[in-house]
Parts: sequence; structure tokens; C-alpha cells
Amino acid sequence: MANVISDETIEYVGILSKLELSPEEKERAKKDMEDMLNYIDKLNELDTSDVEPMSHVFSVQNVFREDVVTNQDDRENILANAPSEQDGAFTVPRTFD
Amino acid sequence: MSKQYETVIGLEVHVELATKTKIFCGCSTEFGGEPNTHTCPVCTGMPGSLPVLNKKVLEHAIAVGLATNCQINRYSKFDRKNYFYPDNPQNYQISQLYLPICHDGFVEIETANGKKKIGIHEIHMEEDAGKLIHDEWTDSTLVDFNRSGVPLIEIVSEPDMRSAEEVIAYLDKLKTTIQYLGASDCKLQEGSMRADVNLSVREVGAEKFGTRTEMKNLNSFKAIARAIEGEKDRQISLIEAGKQVVQETRRWDDTKESSYAMRSKEDAQDYRYFPDPDLVPIVVSEELLETIRQRQPEFREEKMVRYMDQFELPEYDAEIITSTRKLADIFEKTAEICGKPKKVSNWLMVETMRLLKEKGMEPEQIHFSPEHFAKLIELADAGTINSTVAREVFEKIFDDDIDPDVYVEEHGLKSVNDEGALRAEIEKIVDANPKSVEDFKAGKKKAIGFLVGQTMKAMKGKANPQMVNQILNEVLSTK
Repeated sequence: MANVISDETIEYVGILSKLELSPEEKERAKKDMEDMLNYIDKLNELDTSDVEPMSHVFSVQNVFREDVVTNQDDRENILANAPSEQDGAFTVPRTFD
Repeated sequence: MSKQYETVIGLEVHVELATKTKIFCGCSTEFGGEPNTHTCPVCTGMPGSLPVLNKKVLEHAIAVGLATNCQINRYSKFDRKNYFYPDNPQNYQISQLYLPICHDGFVEIETANGKKKIGIHEIHMEEDAGKLIHDEWTDSTLVDFNRSGVPLIEIVSEPDMRSAEEVIAYLDKLKTTIQYLGASDCKLQEGSMRADVNLSVREVGAEKFGTRTEMKNLNSFKAIARAIEGEKDRQISLIEAGKQVVQETRRWDDTKESSYAMRSKEDAQDYRYFPDPDLVPIVVSEELLETIRQRQPEFREEKMVRYMDQFELPEYDAEIITSTRKLADIFEKTAEICGKPKKVSNWLMVETMRLLKEKGMEPEQIHFSPEHFAKLIELADAGTINSTVAREVFEKIFDDDIDPDVYVEEHGLKSVNDEGALRAEIEKIVDANPKSVEDFKAGKKKAIGFLVGQTMKAMKGKANPQMVNQILNEVLSTK
């Protein structure tokens, strides 16, 4: 019933999310995640044996666009909020393959 | 006695689709623009932007699926593949994991032991990433998102290949098929077709697969063949030395002809796929499937059979002419205009191939019109121009698509078929060369060659050779 999030799990989720959490934040995050999982368990109590699985909440399908160029050069706006740029490109810390 | 090993290979092939715009936004896919000039909030992952699928991408993907005998998923959707890297502005790539557009297909390849089926596990649609450029001067990495969101299909094969030859045959088959469809130009060097090689070795007869590695950065057929040989040897040496093959991604360095591990185990990948809530499901109607089926071109194998049957071309000719759709199209259009398929085939096989090779061009770069090509064949066939002149005129057509009628007229290249003028010239030459006439009379048949040469020279190469021979023989017999 009650889900327990281990220290290893919260550490791993932190790494995946690129977040550095203080010990207090980790405890709070563990509690939040446990609550979420408990809620899912609650939902799982519902009998859904005769309900079709779905992959999207809207009953909309086939939304397409035609293959026509509609966007022009908008580099100035695209780069407007970049913390750092050079020669029309975003710059990031040195990155290797 | 050393053990016998078998190589097991599966391929992941990425193909850049030939669309005007990106997969989820109206930005141009044109190559070579200034950095970030083909970008918008969608393909730079700005918060609140919404992707909308390019219909052409879906149609190309289905067409490739049908051409490779795949089942088409009538209900398909997109998923997010999460990873953190600066080439990816959203921190996830929109791809397909759970319900890819095509699955369970195959292509047939020719091997030394006859035909072989290579299974296709699935084909899915996804978006390309941006490009990272390293600036040594400032020691920073520049990000250009022009390529971000360019549409790709990834074709995942079954582990059905056993040698570098089979891998090349499979890639060549995919390339020809996709080029015939016009779904991509499939250029390995330019990155519009990329192959990742999954390879493992096992003892011959073993049922279980060995541990596999994935090899990236392969941008030519030759590099792929070398990488397969290199990786096979590396894995066998490890096993022979009693060591384990580690499952990892390796990067091939073709100049050093060796590979190195790209990602360490501690950095294990966890893509946390989940359905993309921004994109609604795709339902492929029977109508759409039928429209695409109707549009499918005649593929290489069918064309080859038809060319041999309908035009009586030798198998070798049919194979070369159908190797690219461009050559096949030129052949068919020209043959239709002039009604001389064998002549058209000869011109393509000999002169066209020679010029392509000399100029370092691909068949796709041919730009002459079938109309001018057909006219040239007519001129040569009717004897209006002789074969030397015809080759010269063809080169002009090849380079500048000139009109051969106009060119021949302007440059006075017509064969001289005026018997009187030719006879007068030949009489003169025979009289001026009594030694050759004597030799000829004495049985030296070769002497006539000299006289033909002199005549052609006097006529500036434009005389009809058959006519020269005939008149010369007549004149000589009277001497």
C-alpha cells in the first residue's frame, strides 16, 4: 500500500533531471513522489476491464500541416533571450561527443 | 584448431526525408543557411510552442514502408525520448516507440548464395537534432538549430546480416528503393543517409547471440565495410583472450581504422519514453493507403525485367541503366521519342558513363534533355553526321544541353554525302599517291587505310565513311 522512495531512487531522479537537491529538498521530494504513487494505487483500484486503453485525452486525430514554408528568417528574435551567443549561434559550455 | 565465428549484424538506418519544411513546423529544410536562420519557437523548443505534423512526412514514411513490404500501423502516435544534450533544445526528441508507423517488413538482397530476405523490424518517424560546432579560439560550443526538426525515418532491421557484403547489399537496396520513391536523396557523405551498425559474434552453430556493440559515425560504404571487419576482429580477440565484450556505443574513426567507446556505463541511458501530449494520434485511412499505393513507382527489379523483355536489352545494360531512377527516366523518355531503345542504351552505357566518370559526376546531376539526346541519335543513325562528330556533339549536349540540329548546322558538321564532290576528291588523292596505289595493287590491303585517312583529312572529317570506302574501291579498280 504505502510506497517508499529510496535514497538511491531520489538520487537517480535528481541526476536525470540535472537537479542538485539539499537534504531537506530530497526528503520533501521523496514524500511528494510517494504521495503520487499512492494516488496511482488508489486509481488502480477502479475496475477498468471494459474500458478501451487510450493514448491521448482529446478525441482528436490527424492534425496535419501542408509541406509549405511559412517561416522566414527570425534569428534576431530567436536569439533575443539567449544567455550567450556568437556568430548567430547559441553558445554553450564546451561539449564533446 | 581455432574456433569458427559467425558475425551477426543488424542496422539502424536514418534517412533524411525530401520535404520542403521541417517535420513539425513551417521552417525550411534547405541545407547551408546561415546559423539559426531556419528556426522558429517550435524547432528551438520554446515553452508554449506547439508542433504540427507535416503530412508529406507521413506519406513518405508510408511509401517507404509499402516498398519494403511492411505492415502499416493504422493507429500510430509520437513519443518523447528524453535526453540531455545541447543539440536538443527540448531535452527530448519527438520519436515513435510504442506504435511506429511501419513494422514487420523485409527487403530481398542478392548474395553469393542467391537471394536472401533481410527483415525490417520497424520504421518510425522522428526529428533530427541541431548541429554543434566547436570554436577552438573561444573554446566554446556553438549551436545551430537549422537542422533541428528536419524529418527523419529510422529503419530498424532484424539481426539478419552475416557479413559486410550483405550489409552493403542491404544498404544499396534501401538507397535505390528510397531514391526511386523520391523520398530522399540518400547521400551517405552528406549525411542524408546514416547507418549505425549493431554487431556481435558467436561461435558457428551457437543459438544465443553474443553481446553486441553499436558503431556510429559511418559515412561511406567503404567505412562501413572496414568498421565491420575491425569490430568483428576486436570482439573475437576479446573472446579468445577469455575476456567479455561490453555492451556499449563505439565511434568509428575511419582514418585510424579503429573505434573507441563513446559512453561509459556509469552514464547509462534512461530515455523515459512517454506519449507526446502535444501531438494527436494518426489514423491511417484506407483511402490514404490506397492513394499512396497508386503513386508507387515501378521499382528497379520490375524495370529490369521489362527492359530485357520489351526492349531486348542485355541483363548487364538493364542493370546499369536501372541503377538510378535518373538514368532509367532518361532512357525511357529518349527511347520513346526516337524509338531506338538499343541505340539509347548504347549511348548511356558508353559515352554517358565515360563522361560521368571523367567529370566526377553522379547520374542525378545529368541535366540534358531527352529531346536533344534523341535528336542526336537520329542524326547519327541517319548518317547525317559520322560517329566521331556524333561523340563530339554528344559532349556538347551533356555539358550545355545544346540543340544538335542547330549546332551541327552552325558548325558545318554534316557528313558529306555528295557523291560527285567525294569522287572528285578521291580521284585527286589517288593520283597524288601512286606509291599507295601500287602497294594496294601488289596485295597490300593496308594501303587503302592510308588513302581513306587522306580523304577524311581533305574532307575535314565530315565524309561518310562507308561512302568513302565504296568510292575508293571503285576508283582503285579502274587503275
